[in-house]
Amino acid sequence: MSIDFGNPDRPNSYIGRTVPRPNARRLVEGRGRYVDDIVLPRMLHVAFVRSPHAHARILSIDTEAARAVPGVRRIFTGAELAAHCTPWVAVLAHLKGLKSAPQHAIAVDRATWTGEAVAAVVADSRAAAEDGAALVEVGYEPLAVVTDMRTALDPDTPLIHPELGDNLTFRRLHEQGDVEAAFAGAHKVVSASFKTGRHTGVCVEPRSILADYNRAEDQLTVYHSTQAPHMMQTVIAKHLDLPEGRVRVVCGDVGGSYGIKVHVYPDEMATVAISKVMGRPVKFIADRLESFATDIHARDHEIDGRIAVDADGRILAIDIDDYTGIGPYSVYPRTSAIEGNQVVNLCGGPYHFAHYRARTTVVLQNKTPTCQYRAVGHPIAAAVTEGLVDFAAEALGLDPAEMRRRNLIADDAYPYTSPANMRFEGLSHQASLAKLLEMMDYDGLRAEQARLRAQGIHRGIGLASFIELTNPSPFMYGIGGARISAQDGCTVRMDPDGSVVALSGVTEQGQGTEAMLAQVVAEAVGVPVTRVRVITGDTQVTPYGGGTWASRGAGIGGEAALQAGLALKDSILTVAGAMLQCPPDSLDVVEGTVIDRAGGEARMPLEELGRIVYFRGDTLPKGLPRELVQTRHFITSDYPFAFTNGVQASYLEVDVETGFVRLLKHWCVEDCGRVINPQLVDEQIRGGIVQGLGGALYEECLYDADGQLLNANMADYLVPMAAEMPDMAIGHIETPTRESLLGAKGAGEAGTAGAPAAVMNAINDALRPFGGRVTEMPFTPARILAALGVVGKA
Amino acid sequence: MTDMPPDFARKVDIRLTVNGETVEARVDAGRHLVDFLRLDLGLTGAHAGCEHGVCGACTLKVDGDIVRGCLVLAAQLDGAEVWTVEGLTDSGALADLQDAFVARNALQCGFCTPGMLVAAADLLADGGVPSRAEIREHISGNYCRCTGYEAIVDAIETVARARAGTEAAA
Repeated sequence: MSIDFGNPDRPNSYIGRTVPRPNARRLVEGRGRYVDDIVLPRMLHVAFVRSPHAHARILSIDTEAARAVPGVRRIFTGAELAAHCTPWVAVLAHLKGLKSAPQHAIAVDRATWTGEAVAAVVADSRAAAEDGAALVEVGYEPLAVVTDMRTALDPDTPLIHPELGDNLTFRRLHEQGDVEAAFAGAHKVVSASFKTGRHTGVCVEPRSILADYNRAEDQLTVYHSTQAPHMMQTVIAKHLDLPEGRVRVVCGDVGGSYGIKVHVYPDEMATVAISKVMGRPVKFIADRLESFATDIHARDHEIDGRIAVDADGRILAIDIDDYTGIGPYSVYPRTSAIEGNQVVNLCGGPYHFAHYRARTTVVLQNKTPTCQYRAVGHPIAAAVTEGLVDFAAEALGLDPAEMRRRNLIADDAYPYTSPANMRFEGLSHQASLAKLLEMMDYDGLRAEQARLRAQGIHRGIGLASFIELTNPSPFMYGIGGARISAQDGCTVRMDPDGSVVALSGVTEQGQGTEAMLAQVVAEAVGVPVTRVRVITGDTQVTPYGGGTWASRGAGIGGEAALQAGLALKDSILTVAGAMLQCPPDSLDVVEGTVIDRAGGEARMPLEELGRIVYFRGDTLPKGLPRELVQTRHFITSDYPFAFTNGVQASYLEVDVETGFVRLLKHWCVEDCGRVINPQLVDEQIRGGIVQGLGGALYEECLYDADGQLLNANMADYLVPMAAEMPDMAIGHIETPTRESLLGAKGAGEAGTAGAPAAVMNAINDALRPFGGRVTEMPFTPARILAALGVVGKA
Repeated sequence: MTDMPPDFARKVDIRLTVNGETVEARVDAGRHLVDFLRLDLGLTGAHAGCEHGVCGACTLKVDGDIVRGCLVLAAQLDGAEVWTVEGLTDSGALADLQDAFVARNALQCGFCTPGMLVAAADLLADGGVPSRAEIREHISGNYCRCTGYEAIVDAIETVARARAGTEAAA
């Protein structure tokens, strides 16, 4: 069975078309169901007492005054809760040498970052719980604090976990070719140091969980704002000593996630454990301060890089030394070493060159733990690579577009293995660049830039090619021992009225997973898309799967849905063949009707087939298979990851008096393989770009030397708002993956991956007449003025 | 003050209209409007995102103006007229904006959307067709972390043009 997706006139052609999202209407009417909207009988609320110190021994916890607050029902310390929830150590076997310390749901004797929970107050209302929490008196002995990633491994730096022997979590050195010889023989060598600001996701819906343990049934139901309900089911069962089948995780509407909600958070585990202990529903909704201090952070990297080129501008070698700090613990179960590992994997990714050395050094600090956030490692790798490529072009006197044309991997070079040992099935860097330059009228823009520069207006054009890792196989986590499913499943069922229900293990996070699945299933079965109802986010109902991360929804979940839908169609045709006395393969299903494949005549509506199967099965031949429900699972097998590619461009203006950057326009051409719903893909990319622009210009978790987070609120931690953002033009090249019938790769990381690099290159392009450059994100006015020499280094 | 029952200082009686219906309530003096609507009335359309007036997810209409539900106390609202996204939906006041948001996919996770719609409706209530820059400026108090804003601006602009066209034709 193969589908010619290229033919827009084919029957049931939903794949490739913009179809509205079935859940959007509910959300615009304010009828979403987020965790905080759920109220259960006898529900309690928990508030956490959090450490004001970045590192301190807990000497005493006095709960007497807190217990007296009306409505306070119980207070838990870390030691008490440890009896009900076992600690975890977040390591992966395939990341050699990765180490971390056991982490408890509530700190037991030591707090290791500002905001770590040290006690939990359970009360009838959140307000009463907070009142109680304010009265818990904790005696602390402040300990020496480790904050600077560059000195974390110095012999005189204190150890955060003495039993580990040092503050090193993970180090990886990858070498390919003869890097030293390549640099020694190069025409030009350019080096630069880069910093990427510590970010956090700032989901508008904070982390939210409501756990409901029913003792009579030994059944735990957890309503959770999460991206990976099955992973949470497995983790909760393990650490609370429950059979996995007795844990049900329900994830309804999720108010933003971006990777923030794919991790195991100690306070959420504490909430679940408290529900089990008390036998009552317990809700925890993080407030905004808690979100800033305890949602995972990411992107805190300092990188020294150099690039060697020959006289023709061809890249000979790239050499990268990456440092990153991850906070006091590797985050469970994905580990915090992945981001540094990705930097090693992705640097230089779009380019054809032979000699590559990259090292990542991942250290512990007394700051909020970092872990995977949208486009893990991508914006860092892209900024370093694209920054070096632009600086090399500048040193050679080459136009940045021409520099890329000469070095991007040729579109006919695939399959291709990069110097980082990443295997690319099929990418389209050259075609994407050509399309981008045409879309933006590159030459015209250069002329405009030159004209305005003469008038004292300083505009810059920045290009950034990138690769994007999607559709991960078990090589991402499973082989390391983490129980995170790379496989996903879909069950597709036809009901008596001819309507179809699809149950999928991937989840809806607002990106339109359910719309995508409905389209795929509608086309596969042969019914109108409005007759497909999609169910996600309930581990008791849907096939076990990985959920939503690493842009796997369409590529993995979509293919499972396609295969299940096609299998259901076969089942339908088997029954129809018996009823209509003809070979099943002479029939087809189109728009909810069984038809003759040859002539297209309608033979029977699905409602009639459903009526017979469900209510008059006696009229069907004995022994006829009549299961109108099919399940298929999908996992990629030929490549560990489906890589996609793209290229972005930023056009902006730098006010050289104030250092302010005004974004004028942004372009992205991206190749995510098969596009299932063009509008949803474009909006994923736009949203991703804006998260990348935030990292480039505004977002940074600022700490002082004592490990205090200085801007833990939405007024001080800046994110992009509507007024500062540009319009964005999105274009596509489609190179479907041959791993699946559907051919879809992911699109969720692309925007975020390339945007900061494009902005950096554009700012440096604008600053070029002044001889200054910026490489430290975010590019604040102070840093730009410092680059201009107007003020000292910020 | 020591003779007073503690409830007297903490509880306030209010009578107001919410979505056109009369509501009588005895609320904690410190109860914020968004909590009053969500917890006491079960109107969960308005969301609490930051609780300090920055993100705009709790934007509501009170006596004709848009306010932050997390900064207004319920106790202040005796005699007030409050409209939430649920009531504005039922009255049809947001219908064309909601249609445009769905058609343009001007929402992803939907958490900011009720507040965004109320803010957008406030801009369009002034009539005329605001420029894209004016639209962006008006909604710049409303966080959206999913969409990149362009689709929202497109949707609002579409409705403004449609309304202006309808008025011109009428």
